[in-house]
Amino acid sequence: MIASILLRPLAAVALVLAAVPAAVAGSPPPVPDTMAQRMQPCSACHGKEGRATPEAFFPRIAGKPAGYLYNQLDNFRSGRRAYPTMTYFVEQMSDAYLHEIADWFASLDLPYAPPQTVGAPADEIARGQALVRDGDAAHGIPACVQCHGAAMTGVLPAVPGLLGLPRGYLVEQFGAWRTGQRKALAPDCMARVATMLTPADIAAVASWLSSQPVAVGPAAADSIARPLPLACGSVPQ
Amino acid sequence: MKGVRLTWPRVVVALAVLIAAAAALVAWINVRGEDALTGSADSFVATPELVARGAYLARAGNCAACHTDRGGAAFAGGKGIATPFGTVFASNLTPDAKTGIGAWSAAQFWRALHNGRSADGRLLYPAFPYPNFTEITRADADALFAFLRSQVPVAQANRVHALRFPYDLQASLAVWRALFFSPGVYEPVAGRSPQWNRGAYLVRALGHCAACHSPRNAFGATRDSLELSGGLIPLQNWYAPSLASGAEAGVADWSDVEVAALLKTGFTPRGAALGPMAEVVFRSTQYLDDADVAAMTAFLKSLPQAPARAPAVPAVDKGAFAHGAALYRARCADCHGASGEGGRGAQGVVYVPLAGNRKVLLESPANLIHIVVNGGFPPTTAGNPRPYGMPPFGPSLKDEEIAALATYVRAAWGNAAPPVSALDVLDAR
Repeated sequence: MIASILLRPLAAVALVLAAVPAAVAGSPPPVPDTMAQRMQPCSACHGKEGRATPEAFFPRIAGKPAGYLYNQLDNFRSGRRAYPTMTYFVEQMSDAYLHEIADWFASLDLPYAPPQTVGAPADEIARGQALVRDGDAAHGIPACVQCHGAAMTGVLPAVPGLLGLPRGYLVEQFGAWRTGQRKALAPDCMARVATMLTPADIAAVASWLSSQPVAVGPAAADSIARPLPLACGSVPQ
Repeated sequence: MKGVRLTWPRVVVALAVLIAAAAALVAWINVRGEDALTGSADSFVATPELVARGAYLARAGNCAACHTDRGGAAFAGGKGIATPFGTVFASNLTPDAKTGIGAWSAAQFWRALHNGRSADGRLLYPAFPYPNFTEITRADADALFAFLRSQVPVAQANRVHALRFPYDLQASLAVWRALFFSPGVYEPVAGRSPQWNRGAYLVRALGHCAACHSPRNAFGATRDSLELSGGLIPLQNWYAPSLASGAEAGVADWSDVEVAALLKTGFTPRGAALGPMAEVVFRSTQYLDDADVAAMTAFLKSLPQAPARAPAVPAVDKGAFAHGAALYRARCADCHGASGEGGRGAQGVVYVPLAGNRKVLLESPANLIHIVVNGGFPPTTAGNPRPYGMPPFGPSLKDEEIAALATYVRAAWGNAAPPVSALDVLDAR
């Protein structure tokens, strides 16, 4: 971090110097040799720098734990998740590049848009909050916070934060888990959770999650109490 | 026919005789030239060298592209190959005795590659490209067999093909084979160099390039007389351009370095491998050694090139052109340059020029539309491990806008290809 701060002015000078001959020759500036430039295609759906847009369906990827992002890229490549554009983008990519992509989006610490869900019914929000914080012991449903962190901002290295996601995206993921459209490495803990929740529960959780404002710098937690309530193949035990 | 009365019994008998004779002929054609099945599964001895050679050849033949399902065990089959006649499912090539080829002999494996017949005698569907693989030598077939037998056995039953009537009948397949298939190992062409012959063998036999790059007739057979002259890949909406035309994907005027770059890295300043070709580079050609790449290059550069057609003078609607120009400035110019000159990074071209780009100018706009709609990345390879990519514009642009944009890039900066309509876009999406 300190090194990058120190190097930044140097890099700026280097960029300016590099641009001078090009400008003299009247040709456009060189394409930046950066991950930001390489990942431009992702912005078409995931928003600028992967920060999503409140009105859209597509999830925010900026700042998600790198392990989670890599798992998802690999899930698309391996057919455990199905979305044609994602599959098409990653199916001819090496593990090394998928890791670099995951690391880069994970490193972005960007502000969140205001919450998408406003004015949901109070009883729905209350039910959602109860499920997130306490779960539903009578039905064997663990609390979301037991895996996703007390602040619901995820846990390193591979549990995603769930705040700042579009409500429609959240609902669809539960649906996809229930129908087998979305899978994770076995044992697939979220597939089990999804089958425990009623449609009303899913709506409530999605409404609560998408109604929470997110402060700047919602870093994922470093660790969480073990064992997790369910075994998850994509999270190291 | 005087003196012979055509009575119903006679007609029936005559027809029956004719049908039987035709069936016998078809049956004979289907098994002609087959070698005797000698040896058993246990009598085959694989040396480590043979296994290593087979591993290399399996990449050259891109066996895994079909025989390894997405996320599935290597070579365990199960992947569906969509054809105009239905879906054919690739078979399990692991050495599992029950569901794979563990009980096969080398001679049976050879018969499958060379004659298109399975160990149990069934005729194989040509989605398995044995019309190309028949040219593979016995020695290479044995190496492939040795490699496959070295894999981890996976018990996974083959899926039943989902073909429509009458394509699901072995009898139909027998007639198809009688008409369109004849077995034969690649014969080196006298007067050509060993390198050229090696290249021809790799392109025609193992590489089965013609499976995509040749046109197919109504029965799905590739047409030998038009070899490598380009074909629309069934059901994928990608056109595999002609390797025998300088206006399409012919490389007669390319340097050896450029051809090698495309096959090894998937990217050249003249164009990137996208779509089905990205897969070919990713799984197959990037692993070929320099001698084999040079051999393929020598063969491909020698293909007779079709004379350039007189360019059609496109009548471009001024409104569409202006609309496309505005869209280009807003969406494309940052990377591809204000005048379609492409984008250069410190190491050279990273976004291909569109001015004079053959992919843009192909008579069929299918690939251009595909790329604008879906975007994509060239494959990651040792030579291009961190590719730049193209965003998908399908979600944000309407058919009419994509048509205007495509029309513009096909007509601007000296490009001269026919305009693209919204209907073309709808067709190709």
